[in-house]
Amino acid sequence: MFKEATFKGGVHPPESKAATSDKPIKTLGLPDNVILPLQQHIGAPPEVTIEPGDKVKVGSVIAKPTGFVSVPLHSSVSGEVKSISDQIHPTGVRMQAVTIESDGEDTWEELKIESGTHNELSVDELKQKIQDAGIVGLGGAAFPTHVKLSPPAGKPIDTFILNGAECEPYLTADHRQMLERKKELIEGVKMIVRILGNERTIIAIERNKPDAIETLEKLCRKEGNFEVLGLKTKYPQGGEKQLIEALTGREVPSGGLPMDVGCLVQNVSTVLAVYEAVTEGRPLIEKVVTLTGSAVANPGNYKVRLGTMVEEVIKQVEGEMPGNLGKAIMGGPMMGIALPSLDVPVIKGTNGLVLLSDPVPVAIHQPCIRCGSCVDTCPVRLIPCELALFAENERWDKCREYSVKDCIECGACGYLCPAGRNLVQLIRYGKYTVISEDQKKNK
Amino acid sequence: MAMTLKVSSSPHIFTNESIPRIMLTVVISLVPAAVGAVYFFGAHALVLIVLAVASAVGTEALCQKLRGVPVTVNNCSAVVTGILLAFNLPANAPWWMAVLGSAFAIAIVKELFGGIGYNIWNPALAARAFLLASWPTTMISSTEFPAPRGGSLSGVELDGITQATPLQLIKNTIIPIFEKAESVSAAQVESARRVLEQMANADYYGALFWGRVGGVIGETSAALLILGGILLLTRSYIDWRVPVGYIGTVAVLAWVFGGPEGYFTGNVGFHVLSGGLLLGAFFMATDMVTSPITRKGKWIFAVGCGIFTMLIRLKGGYPEGVSYAILLMNTATPLIDLYTKPKIYGGS
Repeated sequence: MFKEATFKGGVHPPESKAATSDKPIKTLGLPDNVILPLQQHIGAPPEVTIEPGDKVKVGSVIAKPTGFVSVPLHSSVSGEVKSISDQIHPTGVRMQAVTIESDGEDTWEELKIESGTHNELSVDELKQKIQDAGIVGLGGAAFPTHVKLSPPAGKPIDTFILNGAECEPYLTADHRQMLERKKELIEGVKMIVRILGNERTIIAIERNKPDAIETLEKLCRKEGNFEVLGLKTKYPQGGEKQLIEALTGREVPSGGLPMDVGCLVQNVSTVLAVYEAVTEGRPLIEKVVTLTGSAVANPGNYKVRLGTMVEEVIKQVEGEMPGNLGKAIMGGPMMGIALPSLDVPVIKGTNGLVLLSDPVPVAIHQPCIRCGSCVDTCPVRLIPCELALFAENERWDKCREYSVKDCIECGACGYLCPAGRNLVQLIRYGKYTVISEDQKKNK
Repeated sequence: MAMTLKVSSSPHIFTNESIPRIMLTVVISLVPAAVGAVYFFGAHALVLIVLAVASAVGTEALCQKLRGVPVTVNNCSAVVTGILLAFNLPANAPWWMAVLGSAFAIAIVKELFGGIGYNIWNPALAARAFLLASWPTTMISSTEFPAPRGGSLSGVELDGITQATPLQLIKNTIIPIFEKAESVSAAQVESARRVLEQMANADYYGALFWGRVGGVIGETSAALLILGGILLLTRSYIDWRVPVGYIGTVAVLAWVFGGPEGYFTGNVGFHVLSGGLLLGAFFMATDMVTSPITRKGKWIFAVGCGIFTMLIRLKGGYPEGVSYAILLMNTATPLIDLYTKPKIYGGS
C-alpha cells in the first residue's frame, strides 16, 4: 500500500456525517422572500442596478460588478424588489441587502444555453461567463473564481486540484454532489483545465468517502487523464495549503498564494457552478446545503435558493422549529459561524447549517497548562498557546514575531485544548489587529 | 423570536480532555507507587502521603481565597503535587515535614507565581529543595533511612561499611576509597570492590526493579513507577521523548563516566534503576507546565536533565541529582522554548 497522502499535524474530530451522507439532495420549495446581501465575496461589493418596486426574474442581475475583483449578484426568485436596506448578515453585522418578494411563479431570465459548444469558446470568454454568473469560491472563502483562474503571466499553474476533501465534520453537500453530479463535475474540471492549461489534475477526496472515490475513479478512467486520490481522513485536510502539502509536497510561502507554487484549488460546488455557467449560462442562484446536527430531526442535503432565511430552511425541512436549539452554525463546527439569529439568509459561502441542541459544548477558558497539544496539532506549525497569550495581553509585536498572520483559523488547537481556552478567538483578535496595523502603515 | 442562540467564536466542538481529567489520570498513575510505598514502609508512609495531599489542597484553597480567584482544587493538580512531595520524603520523615513541604510547594512555588500554569518550577521538587536545604540531616545525609520490607537499605552485603542507600554508599564511601586507594587498607579496597560487584548483577537489578532497596518512599520500586508511566504514555499525557531522552542520557553517561576504575566501565543498570531517576523521568520532568512545549524542546530538556543528573551524581556534592537537574532545566525552559520555535508552514 502507498502511504496515504496527508499533511503534518491536524486532528480527528468525530465525523458526524453518517446522518446525511446517504441522503440524496432534495430541492426545497420556493421561499416567500429572499434577502440578498450585496457583499457575498472578497473584493469590491457590486453596485445595485434595480430599485424598489422593480419586477425581476430568476437570474436577473440586481447588482453589477464594480471592478475586476467583483462579481454581479442575481435575483434567486421572480417577483418584486421590496427594499434595499441594511439587514443582518450571517456574520452578525448589518450590511446592505436587496429584499425580493417572490411571486411564486419562478419565471427565469432567458438563459444562453451553449451546451456542447463550450469548446469553441476562448479562455477569456469562459472567464467572462464565470464572472457573469457571479461565481465565487463556494468552499467558504468566497473569492471571485474568475480572478483566481487568472494568475499573472509569471505564475504558471502546473497542478489543478479539485478539492473534494470536505473535512469539516457534519457536512456532506460536496460528497453528495460528487456522487449525484459526477459527469457535470468532470466536465467542469475539463473547463477549468482548459482555462489554466495545466499538466496535472488531481481530484482529492478524503478516504471516508470511498463511494465518491470509486465513482469518480471509474469515470476518470474513461474520461481523460485526471488522477483521483484518496486522502487520509484528518481535519483540516481540505484546507487549501494542507491539500497542496499533502498532494505535491510543496508549501505555499508565508503570505503567498497557491499559484506561487504552481497550484490552484477549487471546491466541488464551485466547479459545478462553473459547469452550469458555461453550458447553460445559468447564474449562481442556489446552493446545496447540509442541514444537520443534534437539534435536527430530518437531517439531509438540500438545494436552497440564495437569500432564503435560515429559519425558512428549517421550517420547510422540520415542519416546526426545534424545541431546545442551543446554537445554529452556518458552515461546519470547526470553522463555521455561530448565527446570532435565524433571520439571516443563506449566502454564496453557505455549505451547511449545523443546529446543536442545548446544552451546547462551551469552552471554559482556564489557564494554559502548556500541554503542547496545540503546538503538535497546528498545521501551520504556529505556537497557538503563546500567540493567544500575546493577543490576550495585546502584545501585538509578539503576535507579529510569532507569525500570527499565518494562522488559517482551522480551529484544531481550540478543539484539542484541555484548558478550553479561546485560542482561535484570541489569535483572530491578534491577527486582525496586526493586519489593520499593516493596512494603516501602507496608506 | 423567543429562542436565544449561543454565539461564540469557532470551533464549536471540543474533545473531552480537560485539566481535571489529566490530573486525575496522573493521580491514578501514581497509585501503584503509593500502594507500594505503604507496603514497603508501613503506615507512616500513608500518613505522609495523606498529610501532604491534605496540606497541598488546603493551602491551594486558602491561597485562592486570599487571592480572590475561583477555588479550583477539584482539578486535582494540588493532589498531584502533594503525592509527589510525599514521594520525595524518607519513610522516617516527621509528619510536619509533609505538611510544611506541601504548603511551601503550593503557596510559594505555585500560587505566588499565579497558580496553575504559571509556575516556573515543579512545585514538589522546589519544595523538596527547600526541605533539603532546611533539614539536610533528615532529608539526605541520614544513614537511618528505613529499609523497605523484604529488602535492605543498600541492597548489598557489607562488611565494615555503614549501611546507606545505594547512591549514598557510592558517593560517600565507595568512591572516596578508590580516590585515595594508597592511603586506605587493601582490605577496604577489596570490600569496596565487592560492593561494586554485587551491584552489577541481575539479582541486584531485580532488587532495584521490584523494590527491595531503600530510598525515599516513592522511588523504591521501578516496576510500579514504570506501570504508572505506561498509563500516562498510552493516554499521551506525557511525551515519550522526555523519559527516553532523560533515561537514555543517564544510561550513556553512566556507561562512559560512571565506573570508578575507568571510562566505559560504568554500571548502566544501577544508575538507571537506583535513586529517583524513574520517578523524575516519568512524573516530574514530564510536568507540562514546567517543561518545553515543542518536541525539539522536549528532547533538549530531557538530555539536559540527564547531563545534570549524572554531573551531580558523579561530581557534585549530593549523592542524587535528579531533583536539581530537573529544577535547573525548568529554569531553562523559557529559553529552550524561545530557541526551538518550529519553522512555520511556508516560512523562510
